[in-house]
Amino acid sequence: MENTVKHGEITGRFRRSVFWRHFRKNKLGLVGAGIVLVLAGIALLAPLLSPYDPTELDAQRILSPPSRAHCFGTDRLGRDVLSRIIWGSRISLLVGFIAVGIATSIGVLVGSLAGYYGRWVDSLIMRFVDLMLCFPTFFLILAVIAFLEPSIWNIMVVIGATGWMGVARLVRAEFLSLKEREFVLSARALGASDLRIILRHILPNALAPVLVSATLGVAGAILTESALSFLGIGIQPPTPSWGNILTGGKDNLEIAWWLSFFPGLAILVTVLGYNLLGEGIRDALDPRLRQE
Amino acid sequence: MLCLLLLGLLFSACTRKEPLQRSPVDYRQGGPSAFGDTIILGSIGDASSMIPNITGDSASHEIGGFIYNGLVKYDKDFNIVGDLAESWEIPKDELSITFHLRKGVKWHDGKEFTAHDVLFTYHFMIDPKTPTPYAGDFLLVKKAEILDRYTFRISYEKPFAPALISWGMWILPRHLLEGKDVRTSPLNRRPVGTGPYLFRQWKTGEKIELEANPNYFEGRPYTQKVLYRIIPDSATLFLELKSGGADWTGLSPMQYQRQTDTEEFRENFRKYKYLSSGYTYLGFNLKDSRFRDKRVRQALAYAIDKEEIIKVVLLGLGVEATGPYKPDTWVYNPRVKRYPHDPERAKQLLAEAGWKDLDGDGIVEKDGVPFRFTILTNQGNEERKMTAEIIQKRLETVGVKAEIRIAEWASFINFFIKNRRFETVLLGWSTGQDPDLYEIWHSSKTLPDEFNFVSYQNPEVDRFIEEGRHTFDKKRRKAYYDRIQEILAEDVPYLFLYTPFSLPVIHARFKGIEPAPTGISYNFIKWYVPKDQQRYKQ
Amino acid sequence: MLRHILKRILLSLPLLIGITFVSFLVIHLAPGEPTSLQTDLNPRVSAASKAQLRHLYGLDEPLPVQYVKWAWRSFRLDFGQSFAPDGRKVTEKIAERIPITIFLSLLEMLVIVLIAIPIGILSATRQYSLFDKATTVFVFVGFAMPTFWLALLCMNLFGVHLGWLPISGLQSMNYAQLSIGGEILDRARHLIMPVLVGALGGLAGFSRYMRSNMLEVIRQDYIRTARAKGLPERTVIYKHALRNALLPVVTILGLSVPSLIGGGVIFETIFAIPGMGQLFYGSVMSRDYPVIMGILVIGAALTLSGNLLADISYGLVDPRIRVAKER
Repeated sequence: MENTVKHGEITGRFRRSVFWRHFRKNKLGLVGAGIVLVLAGIALLAPLLSPYDPTELDAQRILSPPSRAHCFGTDRLGRDVLSRIIWGSRISLLVGFIAVGIATSIGVLVGSLAGYYGRWVDSLIMRFVDLMLCFPTFFLILAVIAFLEPSIWNIMVVIGATGWMGVARLVRAEFLSLKEREFVLSARALGASDLRIILRHILPNALAPVLVSATLGVAGAILTESALSFLGIGIQPPTPSWGNILTGGKDNLEIAWWLSFFPGLAILVTVLGYNLLGEGIRDALDPRLRQE
Repeated sequence: MLCLLLLGLLFSACTRKEPLQRSPVDYRQGGPSAFGDTIILGSIGDASSMIPNITGDSASHEIGGFIYNGLVKYDKDFNIVGDLAESWEIPKDELSITFHLRKGVKWHDGKEFTAHDVLFTYHFMIDPKTPTPYAGDFLLVKKAEILDRYTFRISYEKPFAPALISWGMWILPRHLLEGKDVRTSPLNRRPVGTGPYLFRQWKTGEKIELEANPNYFEGRPYTQKVLYRIIPDSATLFLELKSGGADWTGLSPMQYQRQTDTEEFRENFRKYKYLSSGYTYLGFNLKDSRFRDKRVRQALAYAIDKEEIIKVVLLGLGVEATGPYKPDTWVYNPRVKRYPHDPERAKQLLAEAGWKDLDGDGIVEKDGVPFRFTILTNQGNEERKMTAEIIQKRLETVGVKAEIRIAEWASFINFFIKNRRFETVLLGWSTGQDPDLYEIWHSSKTLPDEFNFVSYQNPEVDRFIEEGRHTFDKKRRKAYYDRIQEILAEDVPYLFLYTPFSLPVIHARFKGIEPAPTGISYNFIKWYVPKDQQRYKQ
Repeated sequence: MLRHILKRILLSLPLLIGITFVSFLVIHLAPGEPTSLQTDLNPRVSAASKAQLRHLYGLDEPLPVQYVKWAWRSFRLDFGQSFAPDGRKVTEKIAERIPITIFLSLLEMLVIVLIAIPIGILSATRQYSLFDKATTVFVFVGFAMPTFWLALLCMNLFGVHLGWLPISGLQSMNYAQLSIGGEILDRARHLIMPVLVGALGGLAGFSRYMRSNMLEVIRQDYIRTARAKGLPERTVIYKHALRNALLPVVTILGLSVPSLIGGGVIFETIFAIPGMGQLFYGSVMSRDYPVIMGILVIGAALTLSGNLLADISYGLVDPRIRVAKER
């Protein structure tokens, strides 16, 4: 049977059912999961849910407040804000998956190698991490956006490719401390290969901080997109993103509160959702963090 | 707790009551002129140097206008009048200008201004080692000579109409710059000029302080101090204006129309509007085979609705542009071909040129290739971004698919414009007042760093440009420029879109402001604040 | 241990060089040249002037030559002159902005540490309580709010409506006429909003980190032992758990060293603070290579030293790592 407890390590199906049992109990985590699912649903169903074409202008209704016709009001060009926010959720979803997916993958790879092998491998890799950290990531983003097209994909990839260092550090730290644990030593004694040890034994236990970091990363990526929009080098018009709707409302805060409030709220709720989810996962995964 | 805070913040943001400086003073009253007070200008950008001749940004030029003078300047109606030059003569052959300079003008450090300073400035401008953007006009000078201490003559090969106003260039002090490397000169940070204001302090990124020059040759300015505050964000700048942290700044159309209509605002500020000098346009890359066909360009002109753009982007605060000149100038020709919004005519012209929607996907094609192109514009300009979005939407209705690409300035110029890597470009020109069009429209100006980047080549226009710039006769020039405008309107190398209004707003305590075609700052030294309304005691 | 540190420091030097070389290449990767901004799209500019300028900056030389020239000068801490029209020395331009940025960053770090640590501890000791849930939400809301949005709301409320605080900038108009006490007060009033708004973002991450550290430590056996021994809860928490939970904090602080000079450009733009963020962004936009390289070098040096500090403290503190290294 797979569900044996070996020297402090919990494996396989047993672990998974334990996980779900604990996750279900964590109210906040469930709220987070709910938010993320709803968001995904909205993004996928955008064409059906959106009351208007997000790029349809209405010269008569510039910056009009929320009304029956336009629940969330209209923007500077008379476009329906609700529709733009619904379509904007697609950008956020993409940001979440692509940017963070890339960052996490690279980070886990780099960090596990550095942490597991240690010594000169570790040194070399960490110097590379230092190099990346000193890098003007902002400038890299500019260069990419100028050279290639400032398309959604390019922006996501660049955000991801410049954001993996934190994950790498975390993973490395976990590996450094975990690899001296008894269960690893015994696995090695039993003749398991390095790859197997990394993948089956250490990594699952090191994932906790990675998950939390990933969810914070989604939040960070969404905020980075709004920062890029503020500077004028984010998602190109007329494609709506929460960041560029928010920026559009900056100068008219007092007469068009809806233009800042609704995208801000959307960002808030989304970030909250991802973070709560991440924490819920982390609490459920790591027996040490749970209240018994 | 947090929710309450958030609600409080939002509530305060959207409440209509704005408790501005409710002081007992009624700023709307007039009053006798008096010296004193400080005016605070709010600016988004910082100056880059206190020697404006070597800069290209508007902040440096604005400050330069307070500190330096040229030989001539524009009066309120765009007539050329004397500044450091009292008078001048242009002989019949129109090959030279002899300036008679004012006597007794002193530099801010006490030395006297003479013709030597003018000659020095001329040499400075044409010196290859001087990093100035404005050498062009001076390179045409054949000879520059000092006739005596206060008389200066320049001669040209051929009569050169823009010559006179080119001497509005800021004159620099010979005794401080001659023989020195301008880039390391302390004058970059602590300037010495002849102008109405003396330099006091420059804290980079924060502020520039100027103080009235009591010995200014036109009379001591009334406003004692000028404080130029650098506030890089437009929203913050507006907040500073409302709370008294700034007295003079420019408004966006939205701010002008909808955010400055309260009673409190009117009690404290005065808004002005006048036509700015420049226009926004959509330029076609005429090397692109699709845009070489005039019918296509005209079709796109019919497809867009300029009125809508002005209404939405400028909220009505602008006028249609039909050519390179603005409507209130002597050279403007109202009788050129117009392109009212007519989508049917647009589709017809496109069809004539071979563009039809055969596969019913909403986009017209020719030889199987759908009509798609990119509208390129630069980052940082909200109005252009919105204009591009409107144009894109309108072109959709005639089956043309446009995409928008916003590039940041440095790559915009060097990567896209310089190498002609664009299909259409949405940009604007700031026009000088001399109608000479050489740099932009002449067919010889199509090298990579030059301004005819749409590659327009029309020998008839070339000839008229050449004739127009080499004569001083206004009537003849008008005939040439009229004809040029007609040709440009017919050829449509640019879709001329609009000329916006400038929308300055100034605190009501400053009196003596009279809007005119040039704007409002032509008589800045005469603006004053009555003693009882002054805010800042010295 | 000492040998290890020395080795790291020695390694840092070629790394620094490597970083500068790669950065140099990267910043030339983005299209555009410094002259573009001076010779704006102004119809009165001529091509000849532009060529003159290019030559003046040495931009017509091949890249490796430019790099070597730069590196040679920088070795002697001469970062050259800025390409901006005022042509000032790079070190001068950086020196006038670094103080305010560092000061602000330190203040923000202080605020974060002072608030986040107690929040983290309390959340951990009262896991899943209302307090924990409420602070979780609060902290994430603070993290999720885009800085400029919050900043503008605060400026509107405290500056325009209530008039309690100045809206932007670093000092009032009449600063020169104030007494010493007045000057300090004036500065403080100008910094309150930027510091609080700036700290809000970091607060979330830090307090969550603190919380999870505390949680981990509390579950340890030695804590149980201490409780079992009958020690009062307060001693257990503050004497034993906290000490161990705080250790990673040092690591985090070490990692935050490079951000000392970071300064968000958006943040500085909104609050009209002339800091490093604006300098860097402006230099990037105008391709002012000497200034960009100068800032990058300083940033790299700070990052490397920050990392070194963080690693050293981590090693010092976790005996398992120390032992492993020495093996």
